[in-house]
Amino acid sequence: MSSLSRDEVANLARLARIEMSDEELVSLASEFTVILEAVARVQEVAGADVAPTSHPLPLRNVFRPDVTTPSLTPEEALSGAPASEEQRFRVPQILGEEA
Amino acid sequence: MAVALAKGDITSVALTQLHLDRIASVDKDVHAFLHIDTEGALAQASAVDAKRAKGEKLSPLAGIPLALKDVLAQKGVPTTCGSKILEGWRPPYDSTVVANLKKNDIVILGKTNMDEFAMGSSTENSAYGPTHNPWDLSRIPGGSGGGSAASLAAFEAPLAIGTDTGGSIRQPAAVTGTVGVKPTYGGVSRYGLVAFSSSLDQAGPCARTVLDTALLHEAIAGHDSRDATSINAPVPQVVAAAKSGDVKGMKIGVVKELNGDGYQPGVRARFEESLELLAKAGAEIVEVLCPNFEYALAAYYLIAPSECSSNLARFDAMRYGLRVGDVNGASAEEVMNMTREVGFGREVKRRIILGTYALSSGYYDAYYGSAQKVRTLITQDFTAAFAKAHVLVSPTCPTTAFKIGEKSNDPLAMYLNDIATIPVNMAGIGGMSLPSGLADEDGLPVGFQIMSPVMKDERMYSVGAALEAALLSKWGAPILSKAPALGGVA
Repeated sequence: MSSLSRDEVANLARLARIEMSDEELVSLASEFTVILEAVARVQEVAGADVAPTSHPLPLRNVFRPDVTTPSLTPEEALSGAPASEEQRFRVPQILGEEA
Repeated sequence: MAVALAKGDITSVALTQLHLDRIASVDKDVHAFLHIDTEGALAQASAVDAKRAKGEKLSPLAGIPLALKDVLAQKGVPTTCGSKILEGWRPPYDSTVVANLKKNDIVILGKTNMDEFAMGSSTENSAYGPTHNPWDLSRIPGGSGGGSAASLAAFEAPLAIGTDTGGSIRQPAAVTGTVGVKPTYGGVSRYGLVAFSSSLDQAGPCARTVLDTALLHEAIAGHDSRDATSINAPVPQVVAAAKSGDVKGMKIGVVKELNGDGYQPGVRARFEESLELLAKAGAEIVEVLCPNFEYALAAYYLIAPSECSSNLARFDAMRYGLRVGDVNGASAEEVMNMTREVGFGREVKRRIILGTYALSSGYYDAYYGSAQKVRTLITQDFTAAFAKAHVLVSPTCPTTAFKIGEKSNDPLAMYLNDIATIPVNMAGIGGMSLPSGLADEDGLPVGFQIMSPVMKDERMYSVGAALEAALLSKWGAPILSKAPALGGVA
């Protein structure tokens, strides 16, 4: 029941933006069969009458005072950038040539 | 050490230098550290010495050196999370934990090794090579905070900071014979803690004694408006509790499901012995049932990967960190794909893909949704158990430290290490591990876990201190005195 094919893993890797070799896809697919079988146990007790918990604290809309505090300078903010230009992050092209 | 510093018997600079020397002599074998900040540590130490000379009032831990897990941002100091994707990154800001350490004049020696992005139970998943357990260099020091725990056991640092998402503070403490605490979720700010699983992650104190751990706990805890999940309430009085160590009249609940089959005989023997000592100290031992704990591991391995698949999307090769393949007009998406392929290790990729699957449309209800319901059931189990007992206890881990490489090809066997520690994270309560002795069959340290209700962290310190005192008088010397000498020097 719970198993993933090589192609399904390839699709997930594409969604997660991770390139993967064929070898990696095949071995992950076989590991997932085992892992999914183990984690699918949660379905045994997760009845419709149980409310989900997403977080340990019952918090809602936490605000802090709207006060300006010192922030990073442009130099600091760009200090870890792989590439920068004119106080901006320089990134590879986002849209194709034809766009 | 604090007493010697206060009396002027030793300066912080001298104490820091002693630890740096120790690191220089043994860390080639242990590999607890990824980065040693000699200059920064000595500068901090000499600043504390100057303050002390002027007679300024200082915090109890002022001038004491500390090892910091490499998942917490420290301004200007490399922070890698054990990953290639952050190699060379120097954060432009301090995490709140680091800011609090600095405020308390605690000297930061350097950054410790960890499983990549805290995903693992052995520190073998670090992109920079494994850390070795000072008790036996062929064994794992636990994980993900293996570097922090090993640095304490190897006497490279007297204090350390870890983070605990499913047991990453407590399990390393257990297998290295040291003390580690995961505070109540929200007790310590997560600002500047690189997120793995935001609803489970919590930074906490590690040391060689319960009292040192408590002092460090109070130094780093407290409300922080920069972390929306930080609890706005007074910090539990853990130092007072650790000093008193009074358990008279306390009810200690043994979790039936966290013992028995699957737990090594030596682990069970030390656990039973600790219970007897606590009973002798005046506590009442009761048994509690937590039937849903058996589903905790499965739920954890859906929730944590789901949150991580989202959290780790930030490593996109655009604003900081590694960038690979930005040539010949490659698109941003191609660069992202190539960078994440090279930058992430195998376990991180496995969890990102698993999380992506668990959250994907059509499978969400069956996996992530069901896991969230299990989380509710586990919290209900805890609520019922805490109605019968002030604290709950169990062995921290089913086994002592295993050999490096022994489980690295079997993710499920590796995940089982955390079976007793994970429920605590799911419910957001506090958990401590302290040494309860050595297993007869292999002579390796065993951990005793104490769990306390939300923001009642002081209770686990009371029980921990009582047990520590009873064990110390039984042994006659701290457990670490039984560890083998490292680097040829005693």
